[in-house]
Amino acid sequence: MKSWRTSSTRRGRALLLGLLCGLVLLSALLSMCLGASPISPRDILPALLNEGDTAAAQIIRYARLPRTCGCLLAGAALAVSGAVIQSVLDNPLAAPNIIGVSSGAGLAAALCGALAPAAGGLIPAAAFAGALAAVLLVLFIAERTGASKLTLVLAGVAVSGMFSAGIDAVVTFIPDALNGWSDFRIGGLSNLAMGRIIPAFWVVLAAMALIFSLAGEMDILMLGGDTAQSLGVRAKPLRLILLALAAALAGAAVSFSGLLGFVGLIVPHIMRRLLGEDSRPLLAGCALGGAAVLTLCDLLARLLFAPYELPVGIVLSLAGGPFFIWLLLRQRGGRSHD
Amino acid sequence: MIELQNLSAGYAGRDVIQGVSLSFPPGRVLALLGPNGSGKSTLLRAVLGLIPKSGGQVLMDGAPLETLSPRERARKAAYLPQTRSVPNITARRMVLHGRFPHLSYPRRYRREDYDAVDRALELAGAAGTADRPMGELSGGQRQRVYLAMALAQDAPTLLMDEPTAFLDVGHQLRVIATARGLARAGRAVALVLHDLPLALRGADDIALLSGGRLAMGGTAEDVYASGALDQVFGVSLRRVETASGWHYYYE
Repeated sequence: MKSWRTSSTRRGRALLLGLLCGLVLLSALLSMCLGASPISPRDILPALLNEGDTAAAQIIRYARLPRTCGCLLAGAALAVSGAVIQSVLDNPLAAPNIIGVSSGAGLAAALCGALAPAAGGLIPAAAFAGALAAVLLVLFIAERTGASKLTLVLAGVAVSGMFSAGIDAVVTFIPDALNGWSDFRIGGLSNLAMGRIIPAFWVVLAAMALIFSLAGEMDILMLGGDTAQSLGVRAKPLRLILLALAAALAGAAVSFSGLLGFVGLIVPHIMRRLLGEDSRPLLAGCALGGAAVLTLCDLLARLLFAPYELPVGIVLSLAGGPFFIWLLLRQRGGRSHD
Repeated sequence: MIELQNLSAGYAGRDVIQGVSLSFPPGRVLALLGPNGSGKSTLLRAVLGLIPKSGGQVLMDGAPLETLSPRERARKAAYLPQTRSVPNITARRMVLHGRFPHLSYPRRYRREDYDAVDRALELAGAAGTADRPMGELSGGQRQRVYLAMALAQDAPTLLMDEPTAFLDVGHQLRVIATARGLARAGRAVALVLHDLPLALRGADDIALLSGGRLAMGGTAEDVYASGALDQVFGVSLRRVETASGWHYYYE
C-alpha cells in the first residue's frame, strides 16, 4: 500500500494539503448546489453578494450558506480538537466525543438553554465551560492515578456517560431546553442560522490561531514528558493550555452542531497516516480534512433519502466506522516505543 | 559546568539518591556506574530538574538550578533519556527538535538551526538516515538520531542514560568513541553504563553509586584500584595489559 504511506517530503505534503484545499472548495460548492432543490453554480455568487431575490437566492442565503459554513466550521474544529487531544494525552483512542468533552459541552449547552432560554448567545461560552470541565476532569484523573492509556480512555468514557445522562435528565425535566433541537444527541446541522454560527466562529478562529502558534511546542511534547522538559518546555502548563484550546474548539462546534462523533477521531488518524506527525502540517490537514469530511457527509445525509433528511451524525458513523476499520486493517504501526 | 552538592532526590517522599556530591567537568567523560536501582537514572533526572530535589543543591555554571528557566537549563545541559518515543517523523525533523531551546515563541526554525542539525547528524554518524522516517530505522540508527538531537542542542554538558542499551557491540563502541570525541572538543559528557570493562576503558572518571549514595568517585584508574567496583557489584574484575592498553575481564 505505497499510496497510503506517510508522505514525509515537503513537496509531497504540500501537494496533499493542496488537494485537501481543493476538496474543501469542491465540497462547499456541492453543498451549496445540491439539495431538495438543485441550484446552478452560476446562481451562487450573485446570491452570496446579496443580488437578486429569487427563490434560489433565498435558499442559498438562508439555508445552504449557514449550513455549509456550519459544516466547514464544525468539521475543522472537531478534527483539530481531536488531533490536539490525541497528541497531548499521547493516546490514539482519545477524541472529543469519547473522553466526554463533547458531552460536557452538550450538558452545559442544555443547562444554558434550560435556565436562560433567551440568552442564546451564551451557549458557545457555556459549551466551552462544559468542555473545559470535562477535559480537566479527565486530565485530573489521569494525573492522580498515573493512569495508563487504557485507564484514561475508560475514565473518559465514564465522564462522557455521566454528562450524557445529565443531558438526558435536563431534557426530561425541561423538554424545551434544547429548543426542539431534535438532532442534538446524534449531531445535525439542519435549520442552522448564521446567528448561531458567528459566535462559535470567533472562538474557533482564536483557538485555531493559538494552537497553530503552539505547533512547535506540540511537536516537542510528543517526544515524551522527560525529553520535552529537557528541551526547555514546561510540559504541565503546556498540556493544560493545549487541552483548554481543544476544549474551546469542541465546545464551539457542539454549540451549534450537537454531539457529532467520529470526525474528531477519524480525521486525525487519516491525516497522521497521510501527513505524518509533524504538528503544523498535521493540524492544517485536520482542519481541511475535517471540514471536507463533515460537509460531504452532510451532503449525503441530505441526498440519500431525499426529500427526507438524515441527521449527519448517522451518516458520519455509518460511513466513518467502516472506513476507519478498513484503514486499521490495511495499515499497521504508527507510534511505538524504543 | 554542572556541580551537585549533597544532592538528595526521589519519588513520592522516598529519597532514591542521598547526599551525592559530584561535578561534571568539561573535557571529560564520566561514567555513572552502579547496580540496578542504585539511583543512576534518578540522579540524572534530578540534575536536570525533571524531579524535585529534597535536599542539597544543583549548580549550573554557579547558578542554583531553581533560578534558571527550563529553557536556560536546556541550553546548559542536553539529555538522552532511557525510554525514547518514536514518532512518525523523519530523522532530520527529530534532530531539529534539539534546536528548540534556542528559539522563542512562536517557534520558527532558522537557517542556522538547519545548519546545526546537519553538523549534529554528521557528528553522530546519522547523516545517511536523515530523510528516513524514524519508524523505519533500526535500533542502532535511531540511537544515533537521538544522539544527534542531543548534540544539536549545543549544550556544554551532555547527560546520557544508558546510551548503549539494546545496541550491538560495534554500536556500543561507537557511542563511547563519540563521547570521547565530544569531550575532546571541550564538552562534559556523563553516561550511565552497565558494562564495566567498557566504562573503564572509555571513561576518564567514574562515579560509583550504591544504594543511592556515592560509593566512590574519581578517575577510572583510582576507582578500579580501590576495589570498590568488586565490592559493590559482587564480582571480581581483573585486567591484563595488552598492546592496545588494559583489558578488563571478570574472574
